[in-house]
Amino acid sequence: MGSTLAQQIINVLQLGSIYALIALGYTMVYGIVRLINFAHGDFFMVGAYVAYAVFYAFNAYIGAGSPLAFLALAIAMIGGAAIAMLSNQLAYKPLRYKPKLSSLVTAIGVSMFLEYFFSAFPLIGPSQRGFPEILPKQMYTIFGAEISNYVILDLAVAATLMVGLTFLIQKTSLGRAMRAVSQDKDAAKLMGINVESIITATFLIGGAFAGAAGLLAGLTYPRIQPYMGILPGLKAFIAAVVGGIGNVPGAMLGAYILALADNINDTYISQFSNLLAFLILIAILLIRPTGILGEKTADKI
Amino acid sequence: MNFPKFLVASVAFYAIVQVLSMLGIFNGYMMIIINKSLIYVILAVSLNLINGITGQFSLGHMGFAAVGAYVSGTITTLFFKLRAPREFSLDALPAELVFFCAIVVGGLVAAFIGVLIGFPSLRLKGDYLAIVTLGFGEIIKSVINGIDYVGGPRGLLGIAPFSNFTVIFIFAFLTIVIIRNVIESSHGRAMLAIRENELAADLAGVDSTRYKVTGFAMGAFFAGIAGGLLAHLIQMAHPTQYGFLASAMVLILVYAGGMGSLTGSIIAAFLLTFLTEALRLGVDWVHEITKLPIGTEWTMVIYALLLILIMLFKPDGLMGMREAKILQLGRKHA
Repeated sequence: MGSTLAQQIINVLQLGSIYALIALGYTMVYGIVRLINFAHGDFFMVGAYVAYAVFYAFNAYIGAGSPLAFLALAIAMIGGAAIAMLSNQLAYKPLRYKPKLSSLVTAIGVSMFLEYFFSAFPLIGPSQRGFPEILPKQMYTIFGAEISNYVILDLAVAATLMVGLTFLIQKTSLGRAMRAVSQDKDAAKLMGINVESIITATFLIGGAFAGAAGLLAGLTYPRIQPYMGILPGLKAFIAAVVGGIGNVPGAMLGAYILALADNINDTYISQFSNLLAFLILIAILLIRPTGILGEKTADKI
Repeated sequence: MNFPKFLVASVAFYAIVQVLSMLGIFNGYMMIIINKSLIYVILAVSLNLINGITGQFSLGHMGFAAVGAYVSGTITTLFFKLRAPREFSLDALPAELVFFCAIVVGGLVAAFIGVLIGFPSLRLKGDYLAIVTLGFGEIIKSVINGIDYVGGPRGLLGIAPFSNFTVIFIFAFLTIVIIRNVIESSHGRAMLAIRENELAADLAGVDSTRYKVTGFAMGAFFAGIAGGLLAHLIQMAHPTQYGFLASAMVLILVYAGGMGSLTGSIIAAFLLTFLTEALRLGVDWVHEITKLPIGTEWTMVIYALLLILIMLFKPDGLMGMREAKILQLGRKHA
């Protein structure tokens, strides 16, 4: 029992780390432009495919191992960041000062475009692919639980990125500008902050995180397909809402709660897939609509 | 609305389609597209009542359609199972009447669930309401997926093919007339007031919760009807037909047509349903000519691109908030 419990905890931490990386992008974009970017889960999918491509492009020269894994991670992050920036420039920016709901519908359009484009593109195609072992898998036994080096990689990458992001937001001038824009866009502009470039930076960071999550998810659950971003995207989004959308530590907390809920759901009520995650979402929204760590805002008249 | 003119226009539409179908100019494939368009009209117009007229934001509309589809599909399937033994003298009931009742019951159950969901969630606003309705839509889907009696993940199969052009047309016609009349009534003015400014509406004595829940339930009712019609048209219901993406498609109809414009929803339902089919044929055609490995996925790629372009160049939708003359509000409110 003890060892299976430890195993479950590890699974939760692993899934939670991937959710957290996706959720951070959701929550940062929402915090700054007040847009639910439904395409964010697809940035994650793009990251997974980029990592896949990197493996087959460089496998012959470098060979599977840590250097290739880090190259794949770096390029997956660049890929995710690039696709996020392109979506922002082409689809969201022109609608910035239009009714908010039209950007939401556009976001759904971008999401559909990415999914169907990847499944239509001849080199990629709609079918599921096995993800290569970029890093040879090794197993360690700690406290009776089987831990693979993938678990360590997942947790380490997620932790590094999250710590880095916290540092960026709290300590750097870019982070200060981001916080200012999320509080009041107009006042930030008056203070000489270039709001558009801050928004671009936010999309870049969020996309890079989603790209990294794509690589980690590809390694951990070694299957990728063009629609793989929908469900983790929804879950990460719920995580962001549960933690308090727009709130960075909240997104991390929400992600681990969601991973735990998924684990319990799959263990006890597996016939009702994903039910618990949505129930938690609704419970949180009804009890505390601003999320666990979100701040209450009063209606302005 | 100008009811006589709208009636004449609708009957003319019905007659033309029927005649063309009888003459064989519209084949079965064409009729399926028209039937689907009309079902989308019901879905889009009913979602427009919630999102466009009352100013709420529902992202789980197809959840209610799923309820309607499964309830009515189960009723008609049970009816035919029961009809076989002689003891049940259900033979006396004409199948059409059973079908009609099943569709309406499906709508009513959907409306009931709409009230259940509406009361707690309509306290929320904007994005949060969107998320919570999305969540409820997925919960409905997940629950259906887990009920083995209605087929679970295999779906409910073998539903009797009762839906035909006439039935779907009548329901679509009634949906438009009823929702248009609701908008013209004092209820509708209360809903419009809530859309414009909820706080001001409250201060002016509008019981906003009541009207929001009523609007939500009414939208759910017609979504349930549409779900029932769809299930009896394609003879099956499957949980994956009613997920987030399907709800998003209906939402797209409402926004592409223009929020608050029933005309826009009707036009968008026809335009986008036909566009999807035309793209499919076009992609097939290119594939035939060039022999390139082009799959049907390209249809949806182009569809998604067009959606983005519509939103970029016409952010208020094709019709904005305008209505066609025959669907405009009566003069007394103009």
